[in-house]
Amino acid sequence: MTEPPGGDAPPVLALRGVSKAFGAVQALRDVSLELFAGEAHALAGENGAGKSTLVKTLTGVYRPDTGQLLLDGEPVEFHSPADAQNAGVAVIYQEPTMFPDLSVAENIFIGRQPRAALRRIDRGAMHGRAAELFKRLGVALDPEQPARGLSIADQQLVEIAKALSRDARVLIMDEPTAALSGAEVTRLFNVVKALREQGCAVLFISHRLDEIFELCQRVTTLRDGTWIASEPVAGMTHDDLIRRMVGRDLDALYPKLDTVPGEVALKVHRLTREGVFTDVSFEVRRGEIVALAGLVGAGRSEVARAIFGVDRWDAGSVEVNGRGLPAASPTAAMSAGLALVPEDRRQQGLVMEQSIERNIGLTGLKNLRRGPVISRAAERDRARDWAIRLQLKFNRLSDAVNVLSGGNQQKVVLGKWLSTRPGVLIIDEPTRGIDVGTKAEVHRLLSELAADGLAVLMISSDLPEVLGMADRVLVMQEGRLVAEIPRDAATEESVMAAATGRAS
Amino acid sequence: MAPDVTTGALGGSLQRFLRWDVLVGVLLVFVFAGGLTGSPQFGNIDNLSFALGDLGEIALIALAMTLLVVAAEVDLSVASVLGLSSALVGNLWDAGWAIETIIPLVVVVGALCGLVNGLLVTRLGLPSLAVTIGTMALYRGLAYVVLGDRAVAGFPQQFTDLAVNDVPGTFIPYPVMLFVALAAVTGVVLHATGFGRSLFAIGAQVEAAHFAGIRVKRIKLILFVVASVVAAFAGVIYTFRYGSARADNGSGLEMAVIAAVLLGGVDFDGGKGTLGGVIAGVLLIGLLRNLLMLNDVSTEIQSIVTGLLLVISVITPRLVAAVRQRRRTPTLTTQPTPEG
Ligand SMILES: Nc1ncnc2c1ncn2[C@@H]1O[C@H](COP(=O)(O)OP(=O)(O)OP(=O)(O)O)[C@@H](O)[C@H]1O
Ligand SMILES: [Mg+2]
Repeated sequence: MTEPPGGDAPPVLALRGVSKAFGAVQALRDVSLELFAGEAHALAGENGAGKSTLVKTLTGVYRPDTGQLLLDGEPVEFHSPADAQNAGVAVIYQEPTMFPDLSVAENIFIGRQPRAALRRIDRGAMHGRAAELFKRLGVALDPEQPARGLSIADQQLVEIAKALSRDARVLIMDEPTAALSGAEVTRLFNVVKALREQGCAVLFISHRLDEIFELCQRVTTLRDGTWIASEPVAGMTHDDLIRRMVGRDLDALYPKLDTVPGEVALKVHRLTREGVFTDVSFEVRRGEIVALAGLVGAGRSEVARAIFGVDRWDAGSVEVNGRGLPAASPTAAMSAGLALVPEDRRQQGLVMEQSIERNIGLTGLKNLRRGPVISRAAERDRARDWAIRLQLKFNRLSDAVNVLSGGNQQKVVLGKWLSTRPGVLIIDEPTRGIDVGTKAEVHRLLSELAADGLAVLMISSDLPEVLGMADRVLVMQEGRLVAEIPRDAATEESVMAAATGRAS
Repeated sequence: MAPDVTTGALGGSLQRFLRWDVLVGVLLVFVFAGGLTGSPQFGNIDNLSFALGDLGEIALIALAMTLLVVAAEVDLSVASVLGLSSALVGNLWDAGWAIETIIPLVVVVGALCGLVNGLLVTRLGLPSLAVTIGTMALYRGLAYVVLGDRAVAGFPQQFTDLAVNDVPGTFIPYPVMLFVALAAVTGVVLHATGFGRSLFAIGAQVEAAHFAGIRVKRIKLILFVVASVVAAFAGVIYTFRYGSARADNGSGLEMAVIAAVLLGGVDFDGGKGTLGGVIAGVLLIGLLRNLLMLNDVSTEIQSIVTGLLLVISVITPRLVAAVRQRRRTPTLTTQPTPEG
């Protein structure tokens, strides 16, 4: 597999010497990349390395400042995403955008619905064709069901079906797995592998290196917008790949330090929210990191939201350091020393159009006051402190967070909540979209904070993260707490068995 | 870590100059200069003082409206609250109450009106546009219930004087002085306090604001109450300024207020805007109204002009954004990206 697949055929899609700058930020610098039919190609690099920018250049969202795009060996220019689509280039983002009120089939064929007489939409034909596509992909989805309520994983499959329906020859996936659980990743990979065998070229981005090794044949590495290498995956090790990305050796895993658990910091007693989760009880002690594991949809995030007060609960109680919390008041939860890093950073975590410093300051409006007014200097210092601690890659603190790369946005959310110096930290997918190096850094930080007496409740779909970090693993299944596994007994098998309800 | 690269100074100041609120400020200067050359009475101190005074209620209400619109809400019932307040003043004065008792009472009624608006929006989760269209009709109707078609006049001179006279030694009427003081307070609240930060966060991304522990509902309720209280007090000023209490006082005023706020660069979708811009917008509207009046333009035309300004100020920023999007120049950095 060291030969580029496809023999003599030119690459389906290629970039040659492409550069792209945003103001003072050089996001891509003379980057080249070739995608061949029938190969899955990984794009690796740290947060802010330029991966998403490269994707957007390939798909007509941005135009390169210099360099060219080649389609089947011929130079092309994509002036808009529609151009790229028409050329057979499809993209799947981490969080697809669907029309929630339309059916799955309508979402697939939006704008190109099959017509019957009098230009009426031919629903029968549309549903039939959607069902065919799903069959080809080997997934069980109902074309007539509305898109609202589909899981992110299902939405991605709908997007892939849409790509297929347009005869896409190139499938680009920018961190598609960041919000998926293990089983969903497996399903996605089966679909992608089948497409690849049918002759699709696939470009795949993920910060989970295992996935790159599982799915891809070749990998291109970027560092600070510069091309580092394009090479076969076979024969590479994790450490090789990390070295390419970071430029030095790095310990990817940072196991939690042993601590002696202190008093109970968070006590959740028989917490119930009708139809969402039932009778959930557990404690987290100072110095402990407790993981809440389970399949996506098991109700973990919902428990977190109720504890923090953004949702109300119907029965039960929550105590922080022995004091009861009122229901449905994030403000009270915050004054009690609770912090919640939410799962959806674009909607819940950040005010996307506001600056880095404003976002980090938003949780500390009381502390930043000098008299009645906010001290800009204090606001800036707070942001700068955390930007440095989290190795945020940014241009100016006054830049809007929506120009940051995905992983760097996640760091801003972390900084926003860690800067409140919480006593209890609830953290939902702490390292979603964060690169390996920073992930280890975040783990080290959490571990240190725990050693200092912080109680951490961590929700994560990333099993190695759960196993490496947690003192105890609580497992939820369909809204109930079904198992508690101590660190020594927590293995991939034991956690998955509990999460899926197979007897362990 | 942060490579602290500074963008070209020229680019920076150019961009600042192209900010909407600054443009409105420049436009204001031009209109003023145009007025001076075009109309002999315009520059006259008496006229300027009159123009400012004539703007008083709009200006006062615009301050509260700015806070609402920044938080992605709006209140169309303000002019009706003003009318209700005026009707109450007339009715109670007619019934022999003392002005000193009437004013606090009217302000309390204003607070109640705001409470109704705010509770409907925050408790029932209704859109404020719909709620306040309803209460706009409701409060105006109540004004007619209170005073009918009558006009009450003959208020004590000490009060009517306060509403029209200039602060001694200046050409600034007392109500405008009040505006200046309140504008200073509003500017600080909006741009320098945690409350102001919260308003921008609510307007830009309400869910993120909620997750950050900001009491979204309470804050919105406060804003609606403040808007109605200001409108009720503006009703008192209006009544004394014209020396006449009528149920239809100030009808249509809400459009001028909203036009001034949007013209000042506050985004109707919330999350963006400056008080400086709004002040420029208010003055611009005031000058235009005054110029039209001096040239004996009918009130219908004045209303058309207000409407046009409103439409223009909503459309222009969108057009500009669309054009920029089309061009996608590399210097464009605030473009939201599909994935990030
Ligand atoms: N629209 C934009 N305006 C200004 N800067 C931008 C814009 N888009 C990206 N950048 C900058 O370009 C650089 C590369 O960003 P990009 O999103 O491509 O990174 P990435 O490799 O996808 O990172 P991640 O792994 O965190 O998703 C970053 O420094 C980012 O801040
Ligand atoms: Mg990215």
